Amino acid sequence: MNNSVNSLSTEELSAIDEELEHAPYRSAVAIDALKIVQSHRGWVSDSSIKEIANYLEMSSEELDSIATFYNLIFRRPVGENVILFCDSVSCWIRGCAKLEKHINKTLGITRGQTTEDDKFTLVPVPCLGACDKAPVMMVGDSLHENLTEESINRILEDAAVKGKER
Amino acid sequence: MPTIVIDGKEYEVPQGENILEACLGLGLDLPYFCWHPAMGSIGSCRQCAIIQYQNPEDERGKLVMGCMTPVQDGARFSITNEAASSFREFIIESLMVNHPHDCPVCAEGGECHLQDMTVMAGHRDRRYRGLKKTHRNQYLGPLIHHEMNRCITCYRCVRFYKDYAGGSDLSAMASHDHVYFGRHEDGKLESPFSGNLVEVCPTGVFTDKHLVNDYTRKWDLQSAPSICPGCSVGCNTSPGERYGKLKRVHNRYNPDINGYFLCDKGRFGATYVNSEKRIPAVGRRSKDGLFDAIDSSQALTAIAKGLSTSKVIGIGSPRASIETNFALQNLVGQQNFCTGISETETALVSACIEAIKESGAKIPSPREIERCDAILILGEDVTNTATRIALSLRQAVRNEAYNMAEGLQLQSWQDAATRNLAQDERSPLFLASPHATQLDDIAEGIFNLSPSNIAHLGYSVASLIEGKRDDAVTKTDANDYGNIAEALLKAERPLIISGTGVTDTSVVKAASSIASALVAKGKETYLSLIYQEANTLGITLLDQGQGPSLSNIFEQGENNNIQTLIIVENDLYRRAAKHKVDKLLQAADQVIVLDIMDNETCTQADIVIPASSFAECEGTLINFEGRAQRHFPVFESKHPCRPSWEWITEIGKISSNKNMLEWQCFDDINKACSESSSTLTGINEVAPDRKYRVGGRKIPRQPHRYSGRTAMIANLSVHEPKQTDDTETPLGFTMEGHSGDRPGELIPFVWAPGWNSNHSVHKLQTGSERELKGGRSVVKIESKNLIQSKQQVKSVSQNNDQDHFIAVAMYKFFGTGELSSQSPGIIELCESESIELAIEAADKLGVSNGDGVTAHGVNGTVELEVKINDSLISNCVGIIQGMPGAANINPGEGLSLTRSENWVRRSEIISSDQLGSKNV
Amino acid sequence: MITTPLTKNVHEDRRVVLVEDYEANGGYQGARKSITQMTPSECLQVIKDSNLRGRGGAGFPTGMKWSFVPMDNVSPGHKYLVCNADEMEPGTFKDRLLMECDPHQLIEGMICGSYTIQADIAYIFLRGEYVKAAETLSQAIKECYAKGYLGRSIMGTNYSLDLYLHTSAGRYICGEETALINSLEGKRANPRAKPPFPQVSGLWGRPTIVNNVETLCNISHILDHGPEWFQELGIGEDAGTKMYGVSGNVQNPGCWELPIGTTIREILEVHAGGMLPGYSFRGLLPGGGSTDFLVEEHLDLAMDYGTIGKAGSRMGTGTMIILDDKTCPVGMVKNLIDFFAHESCGFCTPCRDGLPQTAHILQDMSSGKGETRDIETLERLVKFIGSIGNTHCALAPGAMEPLQSAMKYFPEDFERHAEGKKCNYCETD
Repeated sequence: MNNSVNSLSTEELSAIDEELEHAPYRSAVAIDALKIVQSHRGWVSDSSIKEIANYLEMSSEELDSIATFYNLIFRRPVGENVILFCDSVSCWIRGCAKLEKHINKTLGITRGQTTEDDKFTLVPVPCLGACDKAPVMMVGDSLHENLTEESINRILEDAAVKGKER
Repeated sequence: MPTIVIDGKEYEVPQGENILEACLGLGLDLPYFCWHPAMGSIGSCRQCAIIQYQNPEDERGKLVMGCMTPVQDGARFSITNEAASSFREFIIESLMVNHPHDCPVCAEGGECHLQDMTVMAGHRDRRYRGLKKTHRNQYLGPLIHHEMNRCITCYRCVRFYKDYAGGSDLSAMASHDHVYFGRHEDGKLESPFSGNLVEVCPTGVFTDKHLVNDYTRKWDLQSAPSICPGCSVGCNTSPGERYGKLKRVHNRYNPDINGYFLCDKGRFGATYVNSEKRIPAVGRRSKDGLFDAIDSSQALTAIAKGLSTSKVIGIGSPRASIETNFALQNLVGQQNFCTGISETETALVSACIEAIKESGAKIPSPREIERCDAILILGEDVTNTATRIALSLRQAVRNEAYNMAEGLQLQSWQDAATRNLAQDERSPLFLASPHATQLDDIAEGIFNLSPSNIAHLGYSVASLIEGKRDDAVTKTDANDYGNIAEALLKAERPLIISGTGVTDTSVVKAASSIASALVAKGKETYLSLIYQEANTLGITLLDQGQGPSLSNIFEQGENNNIQTLIIVENDLYRRAAKHKVDKLLQAADQVIVLDIMDNETCTQADIVIPASSFAECEGTLINFEGRAQRHFPVFESKHPCRPSWEWITEIGKISSNKNMLEWQCFDDINKACSESSSTLTGINEVAPDRKYRVGGRKIPRQPHRYSGRTAMIANLSVHEPKQTDDTETPLGFTMEGHSGDRPGELIPFVWAPGWNSNHSVHKLQTGSERELKGGRSVVKIESKNLIQSKQQVKSVSQNNDQDHFIAVAMYKFFGTGELSSQSPGIIELCESESIELAIEAADKLGVSNGDGVTAHGVNGTVELEVKINDSLISNCVGIIQGMPGAANINPGEGLSLTRSENWVRRSEIISSDQLGSKNV
Repeated sequence: MITTPLTKNVHEDRRVVLVEDYEANGGYQGARKSITQMTPSECLQVIKDSNLRGRGGAGFPTGMKWSFVPMDNVSPGHKYLVCNADEMEPGTFKDRLLMECDPHQLIEGMICGSYTIQADIAYIFLRGEYVKAAETLSQAIKECYAKGYLGRSIMGTNYSLDLYLHTSAGRYICGEETALINSLEGKRANPRAKPPFPQVSGLWGRPTIVNNVETLCNISHILDHGPEWFQELGIGEDAGTKMYGVSGNVQNPGCWELPIGTTIREILEVHAGGMLPGYSFRGLLPGGGSTDFLVEEHLDLAMDYGTIGKAGSRMGTGTMIILDDKTCPVGMVKNLIDFFAHESCGFCTPCRDGLPQTAHILQDMSSGKGETRDIETLERLVKFIGSIGNTHCALAPGAMEPLQSAMKYFPEDFERHAEGKKCNYCETD
């Protein structure tokens, strides 16, 4: 293990430690730890990978292998608000493709991109399980249903003003 | 044996196999990717699909994966069924969707499993019309080239690297069709087994960088069966040559030893034979101290003259073959022949031999090591001194997993299932070492102790096994030692590993006493003792403790009793303190050195004679088990280079040595050696002799498709050279000859129709134990034949003052090996000479990494660079063996250390600059 | 008599059912009864007798699944019950409702299930995007520990159980039970080879049961009211109720608890109110994105495992996606295949490299670049990818179900696209 000073924050460490309490071995909490660090830092950088891996006594490769597997672990910087835009079948039937273009135009970003002001990142997401209210998307932790171009404008404006949704 | 039906024909197949293995064993071609004979099945590639029928009436059947389907008596299958063959074609088509089809520029081309399987599965038409996915490649160090676009995602690389070899710096990244196999960031692959990726990868993702940069296709390589000279394990290798250069080393299957895998030192550490530091000619030192090239007959005559008129001493070498050492011994007489092994090491080897004789334990082959189910390692840093064995130990600790799997009726080849079931459960492995080792991750108990305390641990465990209590140990220790004793007693096949590496004879004796205690309890006990070099055991057996020791030679030198000194393949400056060697070489009137590479001893010689490397000559080596094995010349020695045994024989003939006059060829020397003492009886049966023919034909070193033979030297001469006749071996420097079943020791390379890659090895195997069809000779020097070893040398006086540190020998995978560390690629991985200190010791001396310390010992003072090793116990310092200056410190001696006030720290060199300067 | 056990407590406005209300309404009676009065094998027998089948999609009998768990003490160690709350099947939105609205029902079911198989640790593997469910479940778990429903010596007995909530980092394949187990172990969620089945060697190599949310929500009710009561809830051969849902261009998309075996027509026309004005019905995926299309002729079929299976599809999750006449089936299938190709874990060849080939053809077709040979190529892909056993797990065969049935029921759309023609309803760029 390398001896570099671990720069995980106290909050991050205590949250990871809580998961470790009921884990049979340290690397078992890899996913939880990635999520914890991401919730504090917005995304998981290469150095975050090293810090977490070091703390969980696993190699950076082993952790990165896990981090890059999952959709909701961001290995590139994201904006203040991540738009999880549902593009699955029910939303598609209900016209989400048109709405996505609307977002593209409004924010000037396409899938995977972040606005220049770092306010928004657009990420497509598999079916959000709210198909009766399609089309839907999440901005930060909030689910927005029955989307229209108008409602999207409103949601984005609110989020831009409010900053990071928690 | 179960009987199964494949395409209407009945076959008997081994119980416990899967259908893919069974089909391959029957000689039926069934394409596959993810399965590997040593790594088992995971069912990811879906390439080995076949149809299984419920019963004789079932005409439709069900598609199953051969590698995931156990053989069952009466089971019915079809390989040729259209549903199966068209599916297999579809799989290849899918695998090729993103493959770059860059075979012409790929180093795997011509020996590519993907090419073979593509042809076998019949894929031709590409339906996909989209773009191919591309990846960025990584720098994986100087040994391995990475080309991810070629990847077909069979997962073999990570399964080998992580699951099988315990590496942690290579992983599968991302998901769906973006899966990427690589590191977190650019950097050298850390596993000492990384080179196996070259052979494990079914296509050209991981290739041998040295070969890529100086490329030759497999079909243009000339190969011979060889033995790795890198350590005492004796892995079987297949080096390949073209244009007089050693291009690469591949694994040569030997089920007892290396199986399918080599270590990186063995694979990449042989290209020193192409080095510019090879001795180019016979040279005589002139007055100005430089060497003049002279005619060899002139030199030999001069040497022979010296022989008859003066007192001659011959110093042999544990890295030279039995035949070379035997020839030298004959030339100078047993009483004047010295093994050239240091005093300390000789004592250790003797202790090992005693241990084997006295304990009654069996000496395991690496394959047998894999079957051991409780292991105690006393002192030996196996990963650095006998690397391939470390890989076997990693398999041995999996026996617990196999036991658990058996409970669920899982076969051991059901790899993923077995690993998921067992998780971290392992068969017990205990380690005692003065510092951390690369097996710590699989150890149940790690004991960080000084060499003498390791011995103490060993004796305590032995007592506990005998049922005695050792009152001298503390309660915690007693518990720990009790656990070790219990685990060894509980095991079916307990294994004790030690060796000469920890340089303390009491450790070896302690290992022996544990083994004895286990044998006394009726256990099937294994004792594995590791030596330092490829032929350490061999030369010791040859010497029989009769010749003078190295220090005796030094004494004779001091007394001016030596006129002529012949040193064969041995750099004495690696064996003893510089001042002693200097004195000896100055005292002798004439110093003759036969060696492969230039070294410090050569520079002090009067006559230097160029010797062939292992790749250019025949020779027999005796490995750590006592197994004698033969290496054959891959290519001819460059003039005037010749095998050492040939030079020595020549000298013997000129000086009318009675024995040697009759020696006409290698076989004669080998036979004479075998007859010379009961100990070495049988070494003439190690491999067929030069007269061996199959149907009147020799075994070709070149494949059928060897090309450009007539044009190879067209830049020098337009006349087609005659192929050299090999009169010394059963092999020919040709492409013609017998290429059917051959004895294992005569298989230069593997190739079979339709199977151009190394996967063709299965065509040479038979039965569930995967024995070689052509048979193979196993010659082991049995312990009962072992010589009475000589009296123990007094152990070095230890200065155990509080201010003194105990020098412990440390070994570096890259760096300790004398010749391997001069191979391109490895050169830049070698660590620099240094002294390793625990943090406490460094603090006490007020030094940190990169500072210098002066070590004061029995041989005077040595200045060394400090490297902090926080795993080292604090009263020990690590002396890296094989480094310049290391021989000035005897492992085990007490050193007093002071900070070197005038030490100049090496400036921080930017690594790219370093690379640049090395390439110049 | 209770006829909608799963949703009887659910508030109209979907605010969470508080623990006091849950208890007042008969909550934790099933758990109390089983833990204090019944042996694990008696509980198992009740579940077996109830004929409860897994509500996650495969419909495997729950009692039988549980019966494979070794109950001897030969190999002492942990046993696990895991709730699969990774609802990611396209078009499925039933478990979200159950967890957001009535979390204690799920936890009670898990306590009963854990007791039955004598698990000492239970996990809820929750989809990461279900933020609200994570909050309600965390709160409910806390309440249970406080009330002694979880932890040491539950309800004064010597049975102990710990329950943890794990929120996923997002991958459809985590819904496959062995992939879920790998993910819970903190690994890449590649499905495992079977055998061994998780009941014998699952989480951390130990016996493990993985059940869907809706399945587990039924358990306490069955133990409380008995198997006969449960049997009578269903219409036809299956027992109990089912959370049915409808999405697409219908009047009243939603999710309802109805007797299992209710006809498709009733669900679609009565509960979902039929098609939106201006849209007419063309077909439906009965139970999520990985089921085969059904069409007009199937509308009067009962939504149960057997009937839908006989019609060539699967009931799956029971949440239907409606295809209307203004939606192109080629585009709809393309959307689904894109999803499955992206969600492939990358382990086996047919899925990893076969689905992108399929997606590419559908992309070409829907953007007016189709070629006549494409239909044959698609058929070939369906043939090779679409059979269970050809692939490592059921993801890719599931992905092929809507494609193969769409090609069967809507050939004219595929032919039109294969001729390189554009389509009014498809994205053309």
